[in-house]
Amino acid sequence: MSLRAALFDAALEVAPQEPWPRIRVDEETWIRATFGLHAGDVTLLALWGEPGLVHMGLIEEETGEILVLSLDCPDGHFPSVGITHAPALRLERTVREMVGLVPDGCPDERPWLDHARWGISHPLGAEEPAAAEGAPYVFLPSEGPPMHQIPVGPVHAGIIEPGHFRFTANGETVVRLEERLGWVHKGIERAMIGADLERAAEIAARISGDATVAWSLAFARAVEAATGVEAPPRAARLRALMAEMERIADHLGDVGAVCNDAAFSLMLSQCGQLRERVLRAAGAAFGHRLMMDRVVPGGVAVDLLDPRPIAEAVAAIRAVFPRLVQLYDVTASLQNRTVGTGRLDAALARRWGAGGHVGRASGRRFDARRLPGYAPYDGLRFDVPVRDEGDVDARVWIRILEIGESLGLIEQILAGLPAGPIRVAVPSSGRATAEGTSLVESFRGDVFVWLRLDGEGRVARAHFRDASVFQWPLIEAAIALNIVADFPLINKSFNCSYSGHDL
Amino acid sequence: MPKFLIESLLRRPRTEAPPAADDEALVELGRCLDAAAHRRLGRSLAIREVDAGSCNGCELEIHALNNAIYDLERFGLKFVASPRHADVLMVTGPVTRNMREALERTHAATPDPKWVVAVGDCALDGGVFAGSYAVAGGVDAVIPVDLHIGGCPPSPEALLRGLVALIEKSA
Repeated sequence: MSLRAALFDAALEVAPQEPWPRIRVDEETWIRATFGLHAGDVTLLALWGEPGLVHMGLIEEETGEILVLSLDCPDGHFPSVGITHAPALRLERTVREMVGLVPDGCPDERPWLDHARWGISHPLGAEEPAAAEGAPYVFLPSEGPPMHQIPVGPVHAGIIEPGHFRFTANGETVVRLEERLGWVHKGIERAMIGADLERAAEIAARISGDATVAWSLAFARAVEAATGVEAPPRAARLRALMAEMERIADHLGDVGAVCNDAAFSLMLSQCGQLRERVLRAAGAAFGHRLMMDRVVPGGVAVDLLDPRPIAEAVAAIRAVFPRLVQLYDVTASLQNRTVGTGRLDAALARRWGAGGHVGRASGRRFDARRLPGYAPYDGLRFDVPVRDEGDVDARVWIRILEIGESLGLIEQILAGLPAGPIRVAVPSSGRATAEGTSLVESFRGDVFVWLRLDGEGRVARAHFRDASVFQWPLIEAAIALNIVADFPLINKSFNCSYSGHDL
Repeated sequence: MPKFLIESLLRRPRTEAPPAADDEALVELGRCLDAAAHRRLGRSLAIREVDAGSCNGCELEIHALNNAIYDLERFGLKFVASPRHADVLMVTGPVTRNMREALERTHAATPDPKWVVAVGDCALDGGVFAGSYAVAGGVDAVIPVDLHIGGCPPSPEALLRGLVALIEKSA
């Protein structure tokens, strides 16, 4: 019997959650799950809390089956997951500061998103007044006479999001990188509480702007699961069309930017032009360059009236991009910077459940479009490219190959777009509460949504987990023993979201 | 690569004609750009971008200003890496409480005369995040703002119109 099935058998109660079950468990079963994570039988999808209750989302990778475990915490404590499974550490720190639940045995007691600036503590739990003047943060020690530290951020040199990186280096070689995040924490999960679906969808679309389609889709699918609604076939296809356009645009931007960080600006210039083609096609076809607020619960907000701009953009990329790929492949000065740089070990990628190009460049063949899978991808042909090298070059190649797959998907969607409605009404569930979950593949990996609706169609509670949550810690591992100057390349090859992480 | 470069030399530029300055922006800027500042800076302005809490949507479109289609540098505007080198702070996002001090210090590090351009709907009043415990408000809740370019996110063209107005007023 698989661990997931065994855990399910040990359920005290099954909660009304769709499409995957949520079960209330006792402490023994909770601890058994944490050992299962450590053993690699299941992968951690998310860890979050609400007053008196902590939740752990698990996925069985071979089958794509998802299970959410919930543990009552009547005394405000729960057994630490991070003590045996390091990927849970930052999540646990977040549960403690946001909800006020204490992970017993958690080896890291430092705050994470809470920089002591909010004037309150535990915004998702029993809120109390707190300091707003900031507090010192203790970075992990690195000892040895020749070491020096390089503090970077939160305001960076480029046009990027804020975060703090503390490098400890020996000469040019990075011995340790420690991230400090949380700067763009906007209080998204609390803003969701009590929001009607329209407002909640708007907020979800702004979790991470570069993945706005994926986040809107994940939110919509969770709402649809909770309310028992299915988006019409035409809407499902249009959603995938937008999601693949977003994927191409983001990958083009990142391929160009990685090369630019190796001082090869020609690639940035060429990829930038292609990216602009995609955004303009999106603007012409859907009325918004980033397609923000176009995917909504029940379907899509706008129909595709004229597919020609999209077809033309696809043709333009097909004409130019192969030459750029060839250029990337034969330019020795560029390869010198990307090959072998920032290698991410396959075992770490698996343990952290690294999604997207980060996982797939290190041998982890996971793509939420395949497993657990969702409409309309079961009716479309595409490959999920995987590499084993785990370096910057492999992550660039995954993106290059995914651009090709997404172009093929767009062509299939345009060729077989069914007629019919694009949106159905989302009824209130009829029950006092209804819960839904979803897992959607954004350009940077799988994003997870859990939400509970009240009887009037408002959000009672919601949790969002970006792919970045499990990718950020892996940059710390990938940079080790590389030179400081290669950090921009490594960082850009991951391209984690700060906003999606900080919420 | 030589083939690419030769082709680019022989081809007409991809860069598109500049849009006209935004009238509303011209009026807004008239209040803040005095003659002395014009003399000192000429037509060239250095911009330091600061994300004070955005969803990164605005950053995507600000990035697009640097591509070959919009080519911001032809107007004498360029992004610089340090506030010490900047004349303009371009700020996005609702200002989060966690970023407030970093924004104040970046503003203080920018030499006078300086202008602040707030970009995006969140930068105006917090947008969809207004009222959150973690959000201080729009940019002008923290530092004085000279020009606001709205949109969620504003298109590169809207950004250009606003910035061209800035350059015309400061020239």
